[in-house]
Order: sequence, then structure tokens, then C-alpha cells
Amino acid sequence: MNNVKKTLKIYLDNNATTPIHPEVIREMENALEFTYGNPSTLYSIGKEAKAKLEEARTRVASIIGAKSEEIVFTGGGTEANNLAIFGICKAYRNKGNHIITSKIEHDSVWNTCKSLERDGIDITYLPVDSYGMVDPEELKKAIRPDTIIISIMHSNNETGTIQPVNDMARIAKDGGIPFHTDAVQSIGKIKVNVEDLGVNLLSIASHKIYGPKGIGALYIRKGTRIQPILFGGHQEKGYRPGTENVPGIVGFGKAAEIADKNIETEGLAFLRDHLYNALKEKIERIRLNGHPTKRLPNTLNVSIEFVEGEGMVLALDDLGISVGTGSACATATLEPSYVLAAMGVPPQIAHCTLRFSLGRDTTDGDIDYIIEVMPEMVKKMRGFSPLYKEYLRRRKETV
Amino acid sequence: MYSEKVMEHFRNPRNMGEMENPDGIGKVGNPVCGDVMELYIKVKNNIIIDARFQTFGCGAAIATSSMVTELVKGKSIDEALEISNKAVADALGGLPPVKIHCSVLAEEALKSAIEDYRKKIS
Ligand SMILES: Cc1ncc(COP(=O)(O)O)c(C=O)c1O
Ligand code: FES
Repeated sequence: MNNVKKTLKIYLDNNATTPIHPEVIREMENALEFTYGNPSTLYSIGKEAKAKLEEARTRVASIIGAKSEEIVFTGGGTEANNLAIFGICKAYRNKGNHIITSKIEHDSVWNTCKSLERDGIDITYLPVDSYGMVDPEELKKAIRPDTIIISIMHSNNETGTIQPVNDMARIAKDGGIPFHTDAVQSIGKIKVNVEDLGVNLLSIASHKIYGPKGIGALYIRKGTRIQPILFGGHQEKGYRPGTENVPGIVGFGKAAEIADKNIETEGLAFLRDHLYNALKEKIERIRLNGHPTKRLPNTLNVSIEFVEGEGMVLALDDLGISVGTGSACATATLEPSYVLAAMGVPPQIAHCTLRFSLGRDTTDGDIDYIIEVMPEMVKKMRGFSPLYKEYLRRRKETV
Repeated sequence: MYSEKVMEHFRNPRNMGEMENPDGIGKVGNPVCGDVMELYIKVKNNIIIDARFQTFGCGAAIATSSMVTELVKGKSIDEALEISNKAVADALGGLPPVKIHCSVLAEEALKSAIEDYRKKIS
């Protein structure tokens, strides 16, 4: 918290977004400069663009084990989630009036469901346990004859907890209900395969896998009935009209290709666990939020009691470290993380939350540096926390 | 998001920590986001000669606590009661709209400390 010069840059917010891979930049530059043709045209410049588009589609399909014709490019993860849910609702509206989702979905699923709720659709928000896990049995119980879509995320952006999606997709399939999963956080971090999962729809965002922002994809299993939510030309088979963002798609394709080859979970998980164990040793009253093992290998969400999260983010920023927080003070609505709330984490502990999300650039040295500077920072901030003072007093009394 | 002045007070908070034998203590909680501020004052001949704080809250909460203790020192009780949350925010070069309530917390902590002082001497 002293006026440390920002020479270091340790980026540990890879669940928010990732730095673009240099090879992706090169392919995109090339596409921006030379692949300017409209992919819908008949002459060679246009056909070239079309070929690039299809090459990217194949690469994106490959990372999830899909067929390339099952990939629709969208303007990012949010749009993929909107297309999945609104699109299925439009196609199935005469069949039923009920959606099942969970209490820990990303805003782009949550607010889509809220919007449909205002339009009169019934929504069931499945609870989670203290690790942030949905129970497939709960899903089974929630299914009604008029359920038209189930949307449960593959892994959670805040805690990294990985859901039992294949069990839930099987239940959905038995009931003949389309199953969508928001896999935005999982892709590139762990193996995800649409056949193993058995899902009908799956969302991906390029900027979480070292690709450009504003581009993503929705996997739509062959045979899934879905309607577009935007209207215009015939691009993306009419599911996502509008002249394609060729440089973005090319970058996304390259990022997917690189990610597919480099999924390396053990090293990251080792570094992450080392970070947590060392912090736990040096800082009292620190706790893990999320599942101890069924969790993205890069994600560490901790509450450091008696210190408010936004303050810690600012203090760490001064030390050259970028991380996220679940504190109420850091949100526009001043509400603590609803994900942690759904897990039963009390607001005063959610308030003290930091999220470290490691990435391909994270080094041993980065982690060692954090382990070195964190305890001092926490000590300083606890020094002016009335809650810490109270805790010390209580502790004295009970001794 | 924050002005340089806010960041400066956040990094180097003035008058931070508990006070021995304060003449007035103000303890307030923030109903909006759940933060806690404690402000201590020492008074001599109706003049606030020292002020200290402890705060659990965001960057703005810490900076406003720090600033309010600075502003109040050397002021008479009546003058201190005139200090508004806006004055604290202005002294910090302004706050983002979503953080105005943090400066309200600082004003309330001060008023509550003065009230406590008045109760003690009456
Ligand atoms: C789980 C999850 N879903 C969806 C999104 C939204 O993706 P995008 O930012 O590309 O719209 C994000 C990223 O913020 C996310 O973490
Ligand atoms: S104290 Fe919570 S937003 Fe400022």
C-alpha cells in the first residue's frame, strides 16, 4: 500500500478476460489487411474470406468435438447465451412455459431468464450446495411436462466450480428437453467434449481463450429446434445474420487451435494450490470458496476475513497485481456476489473476497511474489479494520 | 475510477487506528453495502484536538474516513457539525456517484462521535 512504482505486472484476472495471444494478433492483422472480401460474394476475394471463415469454424468445432456445421458465430458469450435461451423459447413456446436454470449463472443467462420471467415464463432457479454445485436430483424434481429448456453453466466464473453437466444433460435427454450449457469459462482450461457431455447447446467466448473480444460461438447440436433472435441476411444459416466479423472469427479460430493443443491443467492447478496453501499458512482466517477438487485448475476464490475486497484489489494493483473481487463495494448495485450468497456464504465474508485466476503467462515467480507481499498488505489493512479489532477482542475473551 | 487524491488518502490514510481514552466515539454501519466505520475524537475547550478512525470498507470509505479526520481537527464542535459529506467528497476531488454513500458514512460517523461526546459531558 505504499506508493510502490508499478514496474511489475502480474495479471491474475484471466476469468475476466485474457491477453490476446501473439500468434492470434498476427493472423488477425493479416485478415484485417487482406481478407476484406464479403464472404457472401462470388469472386475470389470473397471466396477467400469464406474459406477463412470456414477454417475458423472447423478449429472452433474441433476444440469441443463438434462438427463444423454445428457452430454458429455470435458477437460473444453473452450473445451465444441469449441466442440459446431466447431461440429455444421461440421455437418451443407453444410446447410449454417453463425454464430451469441455476442460481449461479452468469448475468448473460440470469438476466435473459429474468427478462423471460417478466414476459410470463416460469423460471426455476436451482439452488447450489456450499461448494456451488447443482444437485442433478434437484434438476430431476424440477422438471415439469411444460419445461422447454434447461440451462446450467459448465463451470462458474467466480468460484471455478465445475457442474455435473453430463448427468444433468442425461436427465434432460430422458425428458426430451433441450439442454444448454454456458461453457465460456471451461473452454481452453479443461477438456470439454459435446459428445461426452450430451448437451444440445453450448456457449463459447473467444476472449477467455486468448482471442479477441466481441466474438463467440453457440454450438447447436444437429436436430435441435431453435429460432434466430436477430433478423437479416442468410449469414450463419440465418441464425446470426449480418456480414461476418471476419478478423474476429479468424482470431477466434486461431485462439481455439492454440488452446486445443495447450490444455495443460496440472501445472496451473499446482501453482494455484501452492498459492492457496502458502497464503493459508501466513494469513489467519482465510477460506476457500468453491469446490476443493471439482474446480477449474486456474481459479482460486478466497475470503480474507475482516478486509474489504475492493480495498484489497486497489492495494494489490499498487503492487502490480491484478485480481477480481466479489465484494459488494465493487459492484454497480452494491450487492455482494449472488454466487457466493447462493452458496450460503454470509455477506460479511463475501465482502472480503478475492478471485485469483491464473493463465498461460503465470509463472512460479509471480506466485512467489504474491505470497511474499500479500501477508503484509493484509496485515496493514486489518490494522484499520474495526472488525478485526473486534475479532481479536473476542479471541482474547475466549482464551 | 477514483481521483488521485482519493487514491493518495487510501494509500496513506491519516489518523488511522484506535485512540486511547477518546472523548467521543462514533460507530456507524452502512446499510447500503454493509461497511463499518468507527471515529474517535478528543476534545479540549470545545475544540476537536485529535481525531482517529478505523474502517472496514472500500477505497472511498477509507479515503473519506481519513479526510474527515483531517478536516475536523482544530475545529470547534459547532464548526465540525457543519462538515457535510459533500465537503468531504469535494476535499477529495470528488467521488464516483456510486460511492457517495461512503462519504455519507463518514459524515454520520463524525456526527455520532460528537453526539457521544455531548452525552458524556452533559
Ligand atoms: C460464465 C460466463 N458466461 C458468459 C460470459 C460473457 O461472455 P462475453 O463477455 O463474451 O459476452 C462470461 C464472461 O464475462 C462468463 O464468465
Ligand atoms: S464502503 Fe462499500 S461501497 Fe464504499
